Amino acid sequence: MSANSNGKAEPAPKLIVRDLTVSYDGKKAVGPVSLDIVGQHVTALIGPSGCGKSTFLRSLNRMNELIPGCRVAGSVLLDDAPIYGPGIDPVAVRRRIGMVFQRSNPFPKSIQENVAYGLRIGGIDNPQEIAGRVELALTQAALWVEVRDRLNDSALGLSGGQQQRLCIARALAVEPEVLLMDEPASALDPIATAHIEELINELSESYTVVIVTHNMQQAARVADYTAFFYLGELVEFDRTDVIFTKPSNSRTEDYITGRFG
Amino acid sequence: MIRANTSREHTNREYEQELRKLRELLLLMGAKAEEIINGSIRALIDRDSALAEQMIAVDRKINQLEIAIDELCMQVLARRQPVASDLRFLTTALKLVTDLERIGDLGVNICERVLELNGEPPLKPYIDLPNMTQEVQEMLHEALDAFVAADVERAQRVIARDKNVDAYYTQIFRELLTYMMEDPRNIFRATRLQSIAKYLERIGDHATNLGELVIFMVKGKDIRHAGKLSDSG
Repeated sequence: MSANSNGKAEPAPKLIVRDLTVSYDGKKAVGPVSLDIVGQHVTALIGPSGCGKSTFLRSLNRMNELIPGCRVAGSVLLDDAPIYGPGIDPVAVRRRIGMVFQRSNPFPKSIQENVAYGLRIGGIDNPQEIAGRVELALTQAALWVEVRDRLNDSALGLSGGQQQRLCIARALAVEPEVLLMDEPASALDPIATAHIEELINELSESYTVVIVTHNMQQAARVADYTAFFYLGELVEFDRTDVIFTKPSNSRTEDYITGRFG
Repeated sequence: MIRANTSREHTNREYEQELRKLRELLLLMGAKAEEIINGSIRALIDRDSALAEQMIAVDRKINQLEIAIDELCMQVLARRQPVASDLRFLTTALKLVTDLERIGDLGVNICERVLELNGEPPLKPYIDLPNMTQEVQEMLHEALDAFVAADVERAQRVIARDKNVDAYYTQIFRELLTYMMEDPRNIFRATRLQSIAKYLERIGDHATNLGELVIFMVKGKDIRHAGKLSDSG
């Protein structure tokens, strides 16, 4: 299935996924999926638990390889260059395609160090450059104003919503091009969720965002494109406004209107 | 069982109940609108002022249903955030009640003219007005059936019939003009009959709107101000 189901010209794809199949211990979890992820837009992946959306998301930056028994077939192209293949360093891929998880997972370090960590790993050790990049990342994550006076405090003292924005800042510090988010707001209260959603909207001006969410209203609010997964299959992919007003597949219709089993 | 949307039920039974209740209220309102059209013209033909008064009371019921349906729609929108076919059903319901309520008002207008006419001797035997009424009443009935069955073709046939109603109106208007030219004493009654024909013509327009709304609800395509469903896109 392609993004151009309505036949109209779409912006250039940032990620091109072709026949991607992911299996665990020989059992297929998702696929084959073919999908174009449009650059500098938000794409939401929705579907019931176990439908393969998180597995699919993780395969976009080779995160699945950390799971024993996981095998990936098919191709994912980032700006037309494959991310799977011999000689391609998964760490280099993950630097360009960052990830934010459901549970905020700051390191038990200071706020400053959480954001600076990836930079140091990447070989940056100039304190001024680090300070500048930390400020930029925290600003992009809409957290700077709240934490600038206590950068050396422990990150674990922040609220849940702040911790999640810190994790987003940490992902942004290494200047990725794509940001993958796995239920980034599901553990947050409505106000913190609104902050994250507003942030996603702002980030999509410079980043390509792919978000997995169980909250369909959230997908409707933040995403430009929505993909519906069911039983390891990509059922429908279209513009979000089309999916939520006039989906073409009856399984999509049943799921989003709450008519599933 | 009335089903306007997909055949599958919502996992949430309370939500399912709310949508079912909404469909029932809409159909009840539609039935009242049919009743008022038939009753008002029968009051004209039978010169039955009591029946005309009775129909004016039916309109009050229609108005109460409009409020009840609007409230229920608001409640469902606020609590369930409906999407896709449910969203189209809800927005259709909100517009449907407006057309049905206007039909009720036009029925009352007919009754008011009937009460005026019943104070005068009959001008002429009615031939075209009952036929026009039947056409309009059938359009409304078919539009409501199309709504219940989510039947696009039936809705399109309703829309196509509007030109018959317009033709009846032109015909009746022309005939009444000759009565008025013949004898100025006919003018009081002829203008009232002309108004009644105009009210029926407007009811036909509202039935046409209902047909267009049904097509939107089923297909997600807005065909208003175009007249027919285009094949392109």
